[in-house]
Amino acid sequence: MTDNKLINLINISKSYGDNVVLDELNLYIRENEFLTLLGPSGCGKTTTLRIIGGFENPDKGQVIFEGKDITKLPPNERQLNTVFQKYALFTHMTIAENIAFGLKIKKKSKDYINDKIKYALKLVNLDGFENRMPDSLSGGQQQRIAIARAIVNEPKVLLLDEPLGALDLKLRQDMQYELIRLKNELGITFIYVTHDQEEALTMSDTVVVMNQGYIQQIGSPEDIYNEPQNAFVADFIGESNILPSIMIEDKLVNILGTSFACVDTGFGRNKPVDVVIRPEDIDLVKPEDGIIKGVVTSLLFKGVHYEMEVNANGHDWLVHSTDLVPVGNEVGIWVDPYDIQIMNKPESEDEEAVELDI
Amino acid sequence: MKLFNITNTKTNSSSNKNGGSSLGNDKVKWLSLPYIVWMIGFIILPLLVIIYYGLTSGNKLKNLFTLGNIRLILDPTNFKALRLSLELSLISTLICLLLAYPLAMILSRSRMKSNNFIVMIIILPMWMNFLLRTIAWQNILERTGIINTVLNFLKLPTLNIINTPLAIVLGMVYNFLPFMVLPIYNVLIKIDKDVVAAARDLGANSIQTFLKIILPLSIPGVISGITMVFVPSLTTFVISTILGGSKIILIGNVIEQHFRVGNWHAGSGLSIVLMFFILVSMAILSKYDKEGEGGSLW
Repeated sequence: MTDNKLINLINISKSYGDNVVLDELNLYIRENEFLTLLGPSGCGKTTTLRIIGGFENPDKGQVIFEGKDITKLPPNERQLNTVFQKYALFTHMTIAENIAFGLKIKKKSKDYINDKIKYALKLVNLDGFENRMPDSLSGGQQQRIAIARAIVNEPKVLLLDEPLGALDLKLRQDMQYELIRLKNELGITFIYVTHDQEEALTMSDTVVVMNQGYIQQIGSPEDIYNEPQNAFVADFIGESNILPSIMIEDKLVNILGTSFACVDTGFGRNKPVDVVIRPEDIDLVKPEDGIIKGVVTSLLFKGVHYEMEVNANGHDWLVHSTDLVPVGNEVGIWVDPYDIQIMNKPESEDEEAVELDI
Repeated sequence: MKLFNITNTKTNSSSNKNGGSSLGNDKVKWLSLPYIVWMIGFIILPLLVIIYYGLTSGNKLKNLFTLGNIRLILDPTNFKALRLSLELSLISTLICLLLAYPLAMILSRSRMKSNNFIVMIIILPMWMNFLLRTIAWQNILERTGIINTVLNFLKLPTLNIINTPLAIVLGMVYNFLPFMVLPIYNVLIKIDKDVVAAARDLGANSIQTFLKIILPLSIPGVISGITMVFVPSLTTFVISTILGGSKIILIGNVIEQHFRVGNWHAGSGLSIVLMFFILVSMAILSKYDKEGEGGSLW
């Protein structure tokens, strides 16, 4: 991955009537990056993708591709291809004709097209499907054909709009591996749109968390998960305890009346903050060994772990643990300092918007 | 308003099927009885009667099977009428198609709330009596009609449209245009927007997208539109009577004349010939129109 900015979105705004979908969005995508736009429905992620693809025109702002302004360029003149959510295969054509569509438009030779069809079908593990019709294929197979149809055109960027959304869980997980493999074999840039945080964390180099037309956080999957910048990100990515707290001084935070050691500095003294603690980062210990004491109020078996709620300091703490503590038992709660993530309270207008949604 | 969503009937019938299974098969059979009686009484029996009359002579002494009534079509006057009917209905169908496709296209593209309103305007004339509409055209086209009055007023040469094939084509196009617009519109709005976007994405410009994607995908609607305009145009005798005077005789007029004078055998024989042409176009319809676009209009 280089630092070369392949696509640069500058001050993109888009609204439908009174509904503002994107507001002054700025984002760049590096060459050979797997970038995921992640957010709940209506957050503007699909609109962003459609603006990059050329299917929507932004009201304001520019789309720069390899240094050139392509904002006004129609989709057929852009060097990128899209994989649509519901496959969008041409049902009146065979699989081979579907894959050849873009190449025939570009007037490639017959031999070249046939080679490409073979290559693409092999790449998506569907050799021998040339003469089948799209309707006779399963959802997963159709989506692979849609990917094959896009990549034979050798785009610099592949746009994927919730491509796994219509598939069942097992297939979705298999396809995640397929997509990572494809990305590595092709060596091109993927821009992926999803509302599924697990998909985003599994596949991406960079995750862009969006809500209500604003970018909430950009970072690696680890950054996004371990160091969410605000309550929305913390809540949307995985499960978490979000606790209103007061930063007493550097490396010391008062959570619900009890002081916890942490590693964060620079927030000032006696400043109200939000604290995120992931449920798997809470250790249940003997009551006398914990930082605070609590009582287990509910217990669910989730397979890999138990999900428990522990009432302590007047708050139900969500805890994931492989150790079982029966309901009603008293336990101690222990959190390692580096597992406490401190976030500023929302101040700016866009972050306020987030608050309303939670 | 769901008035215009002709394809809805399909989903309705399938939901009926689901509902029916819970009712039990016996009840469903019993409920369909009136329909079966209707079909036998008003569709099957009349058809059999026509076939019987068409294939027999009126001679009571030797009421023999004969192809004489069918052979009447080879009579030069009748043959000419059939040829003219075929020509005029083909021309009308073509004009309807050329008018209806762009209209359906514009309608399907516009995402306005007024969409249903525009579709209603297209359907509105169909709520008026067919005869009234055709007689209105007679008044407009007449030698002393509205068009010529205006032309006279402007000191322009008058037009002689009434009682010409042109007047009949005009009447056919006017009366049957909605039957072309609606099936095409229905098939166009069902084309996934992303399929069109995918074609653009893969490098096709808007003309290529139309020719390679939209047009092929809309063929079922076009085929049923063609059939639904062609069949009534081919069999009409009202339009040719009102707008063609007695000068232009279509095959429908010939058949009507035979029935009017009580010549049931000749009328039935020619009807069978006409039915042959209709069956051929229906066969084409069922071959291409697997979705059943607009077939439910009948």
